[in-house]
Amino acid sequence: MSIDENTAARVAKLARIKVEPEALPALAQEFNGILGFIEQLSEVDVDGVEPMTSVTPQRLKRRADVVTDGDQQDKVLANAPDAREGFFAVPKVVE
Amino acid sequence: MTDLNKLGLADARDALRKGETTSKALTEACLTAIEGAGALNAFVHHTPEIALKQAEAADTRIKAGNAPAMCGLPIGIKDLFCTKGVPSQAGSRILEGFLPEYESTVSQNLFDAGAVMLGKLNMDEFAMGSSNETSVYGNAVNPWRRSDDATALTPGGSSGGSAAAVAADLCLAATGTDTGGSIRQPAAFTGTVGIKPTYGRCSRWGVVAFASSLDQAGPMTKSVRDAAIMLEAMCSYDEKDSTSADLAVPNFEAALTGDVRGKKIGIPKEYRMEGTPQEIEALWQDGIAMMKDAGAEIVDISLPHTKYALPAYYVIAPAEASSNLARYDGVRFGHRAKLEQGDGITELYEKTRAEGFGPEVQRRVMVGTYVLSAGFYDAYYNRARKVRTLIKKDFEDVFAQGIDSILTPATPSAAFGLGEMADADPVQMYLNDVFTVTVNLAGLPGIAVPAGTDHQGLPLGLQLIGRPWEEADLLSSAYALEQRAGFVAKPDKWW
Repeated sequence: MSIDENTAARVAKLARIKVEPEALPALAQEFNGILGFIEQLSEVDVDGVEPMTSVTPQRLKRRADVVTDGDQQDKVLANAPDAREGFFAVPKVVE
Repeated sequence: MTDLNKLGLADARDALRKGETTSKALTEACLTAIEGAGALNAFVHHTPEIALKQAEAADTRIKAGNAPAMCGLPIGIKDLFCTKGVPSQAGSRILEGFLPEYESTVSQNLFDAGAVMLGKLNMDEFAMGSSNETSVYGNAVNPWRRSDDATALTPGGSSGGSAAAVAADLCLAATGTDTGGSIRQPAAFTGTVGIKPTYGRCSRWGVVAFASSLDQAGPMTKSVRDAAIMLEAMCSYDEKDSTSADLAVPNFEAALTGDVRGKKIGIPKEYRMEGTPQEIEALWQDGIAMMKDAGAEIVDISLPHTKYALPAYYVIAPAEASSNLARYDGVRFGHRAKLEQGDGITELYEKTRAEGFGPEVQRRVMVGTYVLSAGFYDAYYNRARKVRTLIKKDFEDVFAQGIDSILTPATPSAAFGLGEMADADPVQMYLNDVFTVTVNLAGLPGIAVPAGTDHQGLPLGLQLIGRPWEEADLLSSAYALEQRAGFVAKPDKWW
């Protein structure tokens, strides 16, 4: 599997990271190096093996489906780059 | 008493209890040492006011009697831990200016036990790196130098600031975190002790997430005894972390007998890797001889899937990172890019993340995005998770055969020069974790103990891997190794 510049650009788009067009060839090359390394995994016989979902065999705890926290609007917004009237402010989303 | 900052946790605790010194004196000694150690770039956010206030409270508590073990002991906190009202940037530009409104469970546990916070410690950005060179603060520097030249060396990574600070006696101990070796590799590079407990022992709540199924916090200390004391204070069941283990935390220090008679120590043949320097192999043989001398039974074992651990890790960790780091969007906290006229929400995300993340973090987020994308999910991500099952089974099989712990080298080399890997393929840097990463994939406890030096006088470490939840037994075996290795060297002060 070899990654070309178009694939690199698509991955950058999916990851929401701006990559300048002139940086794409080097990025594609780096991906190929890393994926070449990962490719070794195809040697392993994984027939009938369950993919790991939890490293320690424990059942996640459950609790009643009730509100346990809240009323912290000031704290939630305290670190926002732009907060107005109790909301996070972002550029226009809907035309 | 002179040079109070050079004490370890156990000695300082005993001195405090006997009234031979005060937390204030210990804290001031560390603050002075930190002031004079700018060249190491280990502490990146200084909190002397908090430290002195906590020291004063600790002194009152000690006088009242029955103070817990960590009471009054000055430590450093890795920048990955959220500390209330104190910068917590994970070594990244994207969290510039972020001041948490809450305290991580681990740092809260330490403060409840009376520990004193001197400041925040340098690290690779989002804990992604093995040399501290991906940090937005610039790299921390190893206090150790080669005997024959003054080349600046890496303290390792990602907990490089923690390792440098402990090795240089800027603090008595420090917190670290370990996703693929980030406590044990820097400990080995700096002649210090570092333990990663079983996955679930330390709460991950309030620790900036890298790869949630692999991340664990642990202490970095000057001795195995100190590691036992501090680990106990850090561990707890925490309902705020759904993977936290609801198990009693043993008294690790009380279990430090160093008695390994009759214990079976496994030596995995797959860890004898091509290209490993002769000095590492010799150190390993020395360690085997020490454990045998201590009365342990040495057993050759096989962990057949070892070779596939790093490739599996470099699918799973980036996949989880791409998901975890999706929260850095320039909306809720941290850095936001300046926008041009007409830019919308997509440009806001893309520019913010391009400016805020360094190259290694960008690379891993994109690799993670790729292996999780439609059409590749099964070929990469699911296959890696199946291989992870096999890696864990390798360990389960040898433990079922009666093996108590496993002895391996901690790193494939001594500390290397800063900048030496700058032109190397990213995969070359990843190989630093070849001996440690299996332990994270299997969720096991592992400890690095300094055991010798190379021909240039640099420290080298050995790793012991334990059964799940048996940190007490693991620490006791590490104590036996430490006693026989007798590593007491300290770096000559040049900073």
